[in-house]
Order: sequence, then structure tokens, then C-alpha cells
Amino acid sequence: MKKLPDRPTVGVDIVSADEDSFCIANISRRAFLKDLALTGFVLAAGFPSLLRADETAAAPQTNKYGADAMPHGWVDDPLVFVAIAADGTVTIVCHRSEMGQGIRTSLPMVVADELEADWQKVRVQQAPGDEVRYGNQDTDGSRSMRHFFLPMRRVGAAARTMLESAAAAQWRVPLEEVRAEQNHVIHSSTGRTLGYGQLAKAAAKLPVPARATLRLKNPAEFRYIGKGQVGIYDGEDIVTGRAQYGIDIRLKDMLYAVIARPPVYGGKVLRYDAKEALKVPGVVKVIELKSSPPPADFNPLGGIAVLANNTWAAILGRKALKIEWEKGVNGGYDSDVYKAELEAAARKPGKVVRNDGDIDAALKTAAKHAEAEYYAPHLAQAPMEPPAATARIIKGHCEVWACTQAPQASRKYVAKWLKLPEDKVTVHVTLLGGGFGRKSKPDYVVEAALLSQAMNGKAVKVTWTREDDLQHSYFHTVSVERLEAGLDDQGKPVAWLHRTVAPTLSSTFGPDSRHQAQAELGMGVINVPFAIPNLRIENPEAAAHTRIGWFRSVSNIPHAFAIQSFVAELAAMAARDPKDFLLDLIGPPRRIDPRTLSDTWNQGESPEIYPVDTGRLRAVVETAAREAGWGRTLAKGQGLGIAAHYSFVTYIAVVVEVAVDESGMLSIPRVDVAVDCGPQVNPERIRSQIEGACIMGVSLATLGEISFKEGAVIQDNFHTYQLTRMDDAPREIRVHLVHNSGFDTPLGGVGEPAVPPIAPALCNAIYAATGQRIRQLPIRGQLLKDGA
Amino acid sequence: MITLTINGKSRQINLAADTPLLWVLRDALGLTGTKFGCGIAFCGACTVHLDGEPIRSCVTPISAVVGKQIVTIEAINQDAIGQKVQATWLSLGVPQCGYCQSGQIMTATALLKHNPKPTDADIDQAMSGNICRCGTYPRIRAAIKQAALTEVTKS
Repeated sequence: MKKLPDRPTVGVDIVSADEDSFCIANISRRAFLKDLALTGFVLAAGFPSLLRADETAAAPQTNKYGADAMPHGWVDDPLVFVAIAADGTVTIVCHRSEMGQGIRTSLPMVVADELEADWQKVRVQQAPGDEVRYGNQDTDGSRSMRHFFLPMRRVGAAARTMLESAAAAQWRVPLEEVRAEQNHVIHSSTGRTLGYGQLAKAAAKLPVPARATLRLKNPAEFRYIGKGQVGIYDGEDIVTGRAQYGIDIRLKDMLYAVIARPPVYGGKVLRYDAKEALKVPGVVKVIELKSSPPPADFNPLGGIAVLANNTWAAILGRKALKIEWEKGVNGGYDSDVYKAELEAAARKPGKVVRNDGDIDAALKTAAKHAEAEYYAPHLAQAPMEPPAATARIIKGHCEVWACTQAPQASRKYVAKWLKLPEDKVTVHVTLLGGGFGRKSKPDYVVEAALLSQAMNGKAVKVTWTREDDLQHSYFHTVSVERLEAGLDDQGKPVAWLHRTVAPTLSSTFGPDSRHQAQAELGMGVINVPFAIPNLRIENPEAAAHTRIGWFRSVSNIPHAFAIQSFVAELAAMAARDPKDFLLDLIGPPRRIDPRTLSDTWNQGESPEIYPVDTGRLRAVVETAAREAGWGRTLAKGQGLGIAAHYSFVTYIAVVVEVAVDESGMLSIPRVDVAVDCGPQVNPERIRSQIEGACIMGVSLATLGEISFKEGAVIQDNFHTYQLTRMDDAPREIRVHLVHNSGFDTPLGGVGEPAVPPIAPALCNAIYAATGQRIRQLPIRGQLLKDGA
Repeated sequence: MITLTINGKSRQINLAADTPLLWVLRDALGLTGTKFGCGIAFCGACTVHLDGEPIRSCVTPISAVVGKQIVTIEAINQDAIGQKVQATWLSLGVPQCGYCQSGQIMTATALLKHNPKPTDADIDQAMSGNICRCGTYPRIRAAIKQAALTEVTKS
């Protein structure tokens, strides 16, 4: 390991206020341009090539799937993403947000591989929010590698070709005679070499080669891709405490703000008294922020902001505020009452969203009949770094620094609220201390901008406390899933009726949205690939009374919990092995056009390129079962449970092993996860994502619940909204990456898809261990024998 | 004015005596490696060493730490065991988002200083006050075990 460098300590009087101190790559834009002047930086990121031999830099707009269907698509211009300094330092721009998935390592690694850059000489520079320049930056939906693997390969290959061409020209030899290798171009027959730093100036003057002419590496030539030996780019900064997250930004003369927000969605300040707050030493100002009526969209909630000389003073000042709130239309939101409403809705017919065969007839004639209802509560993402953002406005230009998954939306909403053109707003993206969907919504970024504006442009940092985060998130939906099935006399399912009832994400963006969107239904409920002749999916109405938002893997969580639990219930009814029963239900290997499953969304991907492949689903089930030793004899109180789920165009199966002691205490000795996510670009980070998703799945299954009373969230910190800790985490998580046919198959998502199958596999294991069926999450308290 | 000893240096602090150490470190001194996670000593993100013991700086008023040695993540590499823990964290690829890892490293370092060969139960006992939402627990456990097997080298 390299000697870890000391960090210069910042003194009391010397706020680390220089503008370059916040750059997470240690090369800020400004420093970067300074380097350019000083070192003759030549192949320079920052100046898109206006002319390209075959087409413009913009992505073709004819297709409508994948990255092409995302706002601003993709960009593969090497002059936007790569810069090479005279000393050979290769700077690669990462335009997606880093929140633990390792994207600041993996995407630049893809460029570096095709570029034949020496990883030791690579520096990563984080892009600001600017999708016209960089392509789509919404870091969600498990899309970053799936959508940018090929564009980033082309970036690297194009830059490499330019360097090779520059060398060939200098040596006056044909291009075919030279080759790039680890920051050098080599002419083999004469043994001549030139470093990238020596070639960059000439290379930058060459036209960017046409896409069609690019020679991408044969996968056998990959140096970094698929190997997993490249360490986390930000690793040293993280373990030394130097890594800068949104909450860590410090600017000169900055004020620190916390905000008292309306406790109820749609509520507002009726009146307030700031007298006591202003007496708190360090408090500078109290500012009212206007509340906007629902739907919330990405707009801030409004409330009363306290600005102070440090965060603690702002927190104390907020405590001293006297505020009378108007609760508004959601003041009666009560989770117990609402659960009963969802159940009532699920017991009546609803909007039919898929209908195969004749479900009514099949249910009537079935030999056996089963029904079950499953409840999954609201959840808060609870990233360890709560939302935070800093803004300042200088001469009509607003700069913000934020831990955001949505740099472009941050820019757009700040511009909208400040009434500035977007080019007068710069969004610097810091590291994110976790995101999990919370930081896809830039409401907190707008708060910082509004407060800076109210202070005449002075720098203001807004910090959300944990209470703020848990009580004012955009919450994961709450759902009742009602399933009904008919089995024939052989125990084979012949009828499947699923009613899914949950307030929709759409309600956050449009009034009166009461049905799940295609994107929610397509998360494992209508596209269930079971070989059942009579199948109907219904979606009764549900009204939202809080901000519904994305949570890692979104609606797949309740859908997989219900479906994969119900499959195990049916297996028990049919007296079959749950794994064999599941495989029979999936049926023979086939590639299903998702449109035939009434899924017109298909995760935004092409139905031809990404069909539902039951062969791949079967393979992960078989792999997980084999690796877990499915069928092995276990002691009393122990059990194995299995579940499989297809989401984010990735196939996952899980076997959970549990032990439940006599008092009802649950422990999880082992989890086996089989993953088929297509080509594995950074297997080491894929494993870490799967391990983490597994623990998040355990956490939400065993402990996770946000509930409402009189319109407001009951839970307020980690003692009431508990998260899985080390002593309750699975003792061993074994990740089995299923190798497929190599890099010519399409990529699947990685960050999210392992979350959904964990809860049902866990509940199925508890059933195997105890005979007790869990139909309501979280599990906490349901197993204990003494009622504790 | 309160005088504190942080990372071996004397610091003059012009804040109220009941201000939590966390906010003094972060806002007054710019030592932002120590993180805010909950403010109620329930997550461990704010862990620092006080005379070698791990404490939660978010609930520790500065009046309680006068005259004691405070060490933060920024200086833990000056401790041979701390440096070993950092190196193991990197070699096993422990961090995901990394936000809680300052606290995890401070807690793990304190554990290994007191207990050079911790059992699984010892690790559970010491580390379960530190939440990692990314779920790096299996690698944290593995890294502590590996660090325990690694000889300390003089830096």
C-alpha cells in the first residue's frame, strides 16, 4: 500500500475557503485549466469536438430504448471526457454520481482500458451537471454501466486512435504498424516509443475518428475490464477522512442552515415567532421559505430556516422556534387506517393491467384454492449522509455543491426557483454518502439556493438532520398485494390473480394519480414470467398522502415479497419442494417478448435486445440452490428459503439460511446470491453491491418501517427507524456471478436487483425453520415467543 | 475560550462549552472527516478517540474533553494500528460510499489496540454501534480479522 499522505490541518481562522478545496478529484476545473496553461495540457477535456468525421457528437435520436431514450442520451466525444497532460497524466471525466456503487472507478476504468492508459496515471474529474455536454446524468435505475459501457469504450478507443495516429505521423509509418500500450505508443519493428504526454499536443489537432472506423478491443485484450483488480478510486481519500461529501463543503463566510419543514405533506406555516431562536448565540437570521402545494415534484417543502455561524447553533435555533402549522389535506394520514383501506381495495376488483386466459373460470374449476395478502410498509432510504447542499450567488451566477444523483435536475430546479437561465447555474457534484434514490430529488439543493438568494448571494449550506431525513423523505410506497391461485389436482397452478395496491410515484408529479405507472407495474408484477395459462393482474386505486419516491429497487420490493412468498406457500400446499416448484412455475427456457406480458416499459430497454429470458432465471435459481447446498439437513429451528426475481434486466436468485432460537430470536448464518447481470465489467464492485443489497434487503425485511399518525411520520431517528447492524447482519454472504457468453451480450443492472428477492427468501426460510408464515413486513416482533 | 488538544495540536475554541465536539471539529476546525449521522450516538459515524477510547463526538460537549487527547480520522495514520487498519480497508475493498468508514476505522482501531486478536463475538460487540447503510459489514469483519494477523510495521 502507498504511504497515506498527511492531510494539512485546517486552522480555526483559516476556513478552507479557496475555491479549489471542494473538488473531489483533487483537480478542480479551475486547477485543471491552470494545469493546461502551465504544462501545455493538450488533449483537453472541456472542448467538445464540433466536427466529427461521420456525425455530430449528439446521439442519434431514432431509437427509443436504453440510453437513447434517456434525456440527452449519451455522448462519446473523447475531447469531452479525456485530457492528457504533458507529463502523461490522463484525466478522465466521470459524469455519473458516485454513491458507493464504484462508478468513479468503473466508468473511467472502461475508458482507460480502451485508451491503454496506465491506471496509475489516471485522474478522475467529476463532471458538473450538464447533460447537453456529457449525456444523461440521472444516476438511478441501475443504468450507469448498462448505458455507458459502449460510449465510454468508444471514448477510450477514439482517444487511443488519435494518439496512435499522431505517433504514426511523427514516425512517418502506417498507422497499422503502431500500437498503444500503457500510456505509450510503440513502433514494434524499430522499437521506438513515444509517451502519451509527448503525443497529446499533436493528437489533439487530429480529427476525432468516425465511430464506424474505431477498433474496439477484443475482450481478450482487456486489461482492466472484467478483472476486478483496480482498487476504488476514492479509497485512499475515504480511509483518511479527506473524501468530500456534500455535507463537508465549506466556503468562505458561509452560513449554516437547518430548516423546520411542515410535518404534514401539503401543510404550511400558519404563524411563527423567531424571537427566542434569534437569541441563540451564533444564530444570524431566520427566513421563511414558501411552501408549494402538492404535488411536490422536486420542489422544496418550505418552512422556517435558521441560519447561523455553525450547524449546532442553527440546530439550537430551530429548537427555539415557535411555529404553528396548518396541516392541510393530509393531516389525517394514519398508517393503521390506511392499511385497512388498502386491504379493502385489494379485496375488490380493480383496473385490469394484464389478462391471460379466463381467470374466473379457472379459479372456479381449480382443485385447490389459495389466497394471501401481503403488506409492505413505507420505508426511508436513510443514506448515512443526510441530504445537504451549499449554494452561493456571485454576479447573478449561482453555484451549488451537492451530493446529488440528479445533477441536471438540480440545475433545472435551481434555475427555475431563482428565475435564472440554466447557464447561470453550475452544479458541482460531490461524493454522495449513500443515495438509494433519496438524492434523485433535488428539493434540498433548491433550499440552499433560495437561502443564498435571500442572503444576497452569501454562501449557505443546508444540512438535513437525521430527524429531517426520516420525517421528510420521498418515501418508498406502502402496499397491499393480494394473491389468489388455483391448483389442479396435480398441484400445478392453473390460475393466478394478483391485485397490487400502492400509492404511485406518479402522485409526486401529478395530481390525482391513483394507479401504478407502467414503470411500477413493470417491476416484477405484470412481467411475472410464470407458465400459468390463466393469469390476471389488477391494480385498484390508492391515493397518496405523502411524497412517494424511489427507494433502491422501488416497487420490486413489495412485488417480489408477495409473489415469491406466495410461490412458496403454493409449494407447501402442493407438498412440493419450493425450489422445484419455483422452477416448474418459471417453466422451460424461453425468451419472452415483454410486450406479450403487457409490459410496454421493459425497464426502458429494447424488447428485442432484452427479452425476459426464463433460461437465465432458471440458471440463477439452480446456481443459488446448488451453491447453498439446497436440500441439506438442518437442525431444528433452522431452515433454507429460496426466491428469485428479475429486475433492472438482471436475474437474481437467493437462498437464505436462518436459525430461529426457542425465544424467537432470528439469525442469518448465510446467504447465497446467484447473479446474472450479463457482462461483468468490475466484478469486485459487483460483489460489493450484491453484498450491500443483501444487507439492505435484510434490514428492510426485519426492521424497516415508516408509519404516519395525524399526517406526520412517527419515527424520528435510528432508535425508532432501526437499520441492520453488524451483529444482526448475515454472517456470510456468498455471491455467485453466473458467467455467460462474454461481452457481446447486453449488460444488466447491478446496484438494485439483489434487494427485492431477499425479503421473500428470508420469510421462506423462516417458514422452513418454524412453520410460521410472515405476510407483513417488517418481521420484527412477529417471531418472539414472549411478546417482547 | 476553550483549549482542546486535537491530533496532538493545541486548539483555541471560541464556542459555548456545551457545543458538541463533532460540530467544533467539522465547522470550526474544518476536520470534516468526522461525520454527522444521527446526532444521538446511535450510528457511530462521528466516532473519534478520547485518550485512546472511541467516543461519539456528536453527544460529547467540548467542556468534557478539555485536557484530554482527541484523535480524529485525519491523524489515525500516525498510529501504527490505525495505519494497518486503513491499509487493510483498502486491500479488501471495504468502502462503498465511504461515509461511515471514518467512524468504522476509528472503532476498529480502538478494538485492535485493546484486543489484538478479537473473536467474532468481540467484533460484533465493538462494531455494532456503527451503522453502515451500504452494508459493508462482511468486509469490515474480514478486514479486522486480516488486520489482526498483520504485523505492525513502523511507518
